[in-house]
Amino acid sequence: MNKVISAKEAVKLIKDGCTIMISGFAGVKKPEVLIDLMVKNNIKNLTVIANDAAIPGKGIGRLISHRCVKKLIASHIGLNPEAGRQMNAGELEVELIPQGTLAERIRCAGAGLGGFFTPTGIGTSVEEGKQKFIVEGKEYLLELPLKADVAIIKGSVVDTLGNVFYKGTTQNFSLVMAMAADLVIVEAEKIVKPGELKPEHVMTPSVFVDYIVGAECNGN
Amino acid sequence: MGIEAKEIIARRVARELKDGYVVNLGIGLPSLVANYIPEGMSVMLQSENGILGMGAICEAGEEDENVINAGNQFVYVQKGACFFDSATSFAMIRGGHIHLTVLGALQVDEQGNIASHIIPGSMAPGMGGAMDLLAGAKKVIVAMLHTAKGKPKILKRCTLPLTAKGKVDMIVTEKAVISVTPEGLVLDEIMPGSSLEDILQHTEADLIIRDELVK
Repeated sequence: MNKVISAKEAVKLIKDGCTIMISGFAGVKKPEVLIDLMVKNNIKNLTVIANDAAIPGKGIGRLISHRCVKKLIASHIGLNPEAGRQMNAGELEVELIPQGTLAERIRCAGAGLGGFFTPTGIGTSVEEGKQKFIVEGKEYLLELPLKADVAIIKGSVVDTLGNVFYKGTTQNFSLVMAMAADLVIVEAEKIVKPGELKPEHVMTPSVFVDYIVGAECNGN
Repeated sequence: MGIEAKEIIARRVARELKDGYVVNLGIGLPSLVANYIPEGMSVMLQSENGILGMGAICEAGEEDENVINAGNQFVYVQKGACFFDSATSFAMIRGGHIHLTVLGALQVDEQGNIASHIIPGSMAPGMGGAMDLLAGAKKVIVAMLHTAKGKPKILKRCTLPLTAKGKVDMIVTEKAVISVTPEGLVLDEIMPGSSLEDILQHTEADLIIRDELVK
């Protein structure tokens, strides 16, 4: 089975109107080659699930500027004024979720769990419409799993089976997103043969990865 | 004036640090506390995007494009630092493994409620990791200017949507150090350059004043 495909083939798997998770945090590396092609192919009406709206001209910021996004589910949009402008103008629907709750809802979806209890958001508007439970005298909100049709994540070194290693702070939401989407595409900075990545260095196990996109984004 | 006041606040907050603390500093004013960690004290800074052992902001030309903090700045990491994913990061935060978080605020009130993430109709950047930090950190210090455009930020009751209910332990401004207690807000210290009258004039909340500050 060959998981390595071209970015052009990969992006055809991302359809108008789908729900897509995109790894990354603020301005740190994102799957820019795939995002480039999504913009070029004029993919529309996306529901994007990501930590934040990135910065203008980078990653998710580009999708927002090119009006590819109908709805954004994120924890923060403050670094991208265009996202705020579109939200205030009613052109972009934004659902804000506490960052830890966002990560854990995604993890639940990928881990076969029906939800979790969290103290985050008690006494705030985050409570609205949610069930409350008391466990050992402490109040919690029930938060439900959050899944997606597709996830695109950025890997530093990826073997051809789909094992992923991340440098620095680039891992952020990648693991939980790879678990929670039906179709997972990793954009690799470097692709290596199985065995070149030591088993103990694998941060996202290959089982969560469907396709790997590489050659075009080696920086050359 | 603004910058100086912020440095005074950061310096005072740094006196609350203890050896061995794991600390998460919010974006903006709170991040300045990192400049005043007492020499010889071992404090680990956590950044919710996935660093334990964060160092200073990088000098120009020394950036590693893979290493940023939660405020999107390129940073160094200390020896012994580690990186991790977001689910692990928030397990640290919610799970009570962070000794102290220092956050900014728009408003704080007599019950230790805090509003820091939204002004309906004008500013809604999102709560980011603030609600989780407020829910899970063992101690919460609000570091902020005492007023906004002359208007009090320490109120009887927050008027903006809350970011957390009853979670603030201490408030440090350029005028005062205040602790949140079951009896209400206690004025612990008057900062240099301020006075009791100055504080009372710029604070809407009722303050319980320590006897030694009255003389």
